[in-house]
Amino acid sequence: MKCRKCGAPAVINMRHHKLALCAAHYLTWFVQQTERAIHKYRMFTHDERILVAVSGGKDSLALWDVLLRLGYRADGLAIDLGIDDGVYYSEHSLEMTQAFAAQHPETRLHVVSIPARYGESVPEVARRKRRVQRPCSVCGLIKRHEMNRVALEEGYDVLATGHNLDDEAATLFGNVLRWQCTYLRRQAPVLPANDAGLARKVKPFCRSYERETAAYALLRDIAYIYEECPFAVGATSLEHKATLAQLEHDAPGTKLHFYLSFLKARREGLFSAEQQEGTALHPCQKCGQPTIAPDLCAFCRLWGK
Amino acid sequence: MQVSYRDKRWEFDRRMPVYRLLEKLSLLPENVLVLRNGQLVTEDQPLQPGDEVKIVAVVSGG
Ligand code: SF4
Ligand SMILES: [Zn+2]
Repeated sequence: MKCRKCGAPAVINMRHHKLALCAAHYLTWFVQQTERAIHKYRMFTHDERILVAVSGGKDSLALWDVLLRLGYRADGLAIDLGIDDGVYYSEHSLEMTQAFAAQHPETRLHVVSIPARYGESVPEVARRKRRVQRPCSVCGLIKRHEMNRVALEEGYDVLATGHNLDDEAATLFGNVLRWQCTYLRRQAPVLPANDAGLARKVKPFCRSYERETAAYALLRDIAYIYEECPFAVGATSLEHKATLAQLEHDAPGTKLHFYLSFLKARREGLFSAEQQEGTALHPCQKCGQPTIAPDLCAFCRLWGK
Repeated sequence: MQVSYRDKRWEFDRRMPVYRLLEKLSLLPENVLVLRNGQLVTEDQPLQPGDEVKIVAVVSGG
């Protein structure tokens, strides 16, 4: 198979785009695709300061790399979740992130340690508060809270995450299976900031297949954490990904159409709220972040007795 | 050829294209990238007995 642009041997064939490219042309193409998404959804401009949430995985490190290559002012935020139950997942992912940051002295890396700051690791607080073995919902809550906190405290205009098309399609699939309209309403490439204290959130890779972000990271020689978080095993999002992968295999482009058609339906008002969401949001009495709860937000309730 | 995928290893002594190897291992090409002697290759590429083949999973989640 030959590169469509130059005829050299291709390194990747993207059936969904009917496009095969050599390494050099792939790297250029991938960066352009990301830039196109940034413009299309008006995610941010070159004047704004961007905080990239980095896990040490391929997507977030590739995102940080692409933003820097495009000349954006992008710093990183690593959250040490304290998931080190025998596998040193958090430690290893922090190492990867720090190694990347060390190669890019023009950027800053913020590191927040959950155990050091709040006295307990994510698995510990999940076991204590929710009595569950899989800490993912608590973990998501903590990550969202801390990302928002650092973005606001450090004066960033926007928070960027490495969610790719496969992540978005799997989330969408899960939400559609249960018709979770509240979640569907909130699933978008850009969530605008609001006065109640939520930073703008963007997903520049939302149109990029997971295989494409992985190929980018490999071809750019970005060292990323290859192991999964031990709690990801058996996650429903992975099951949904497997189902969608089969559909994609049988009909290339399925995932992209599924997601983009959803965005279109959303724009046309399919999931518009009956009554405006957000009206009930007010600041948490402890941390000041928006919540619908009367006094303390869900995050602050985690740490009390 | 030596084939590795996650923590698994295989040895094959027949020539075959990448897509055939993936079929044998029941892997969907959409879920992996294949490195032949350290270079990323497309699914139509031939694999020879002496090659070192690394299959990289691209799916992550949780
Ligand atoms: S798999 Fe669950 S616990 Fe692990 S990082 Fe993801 S959300 Fe957190
Ligand atoms: Zn080329």
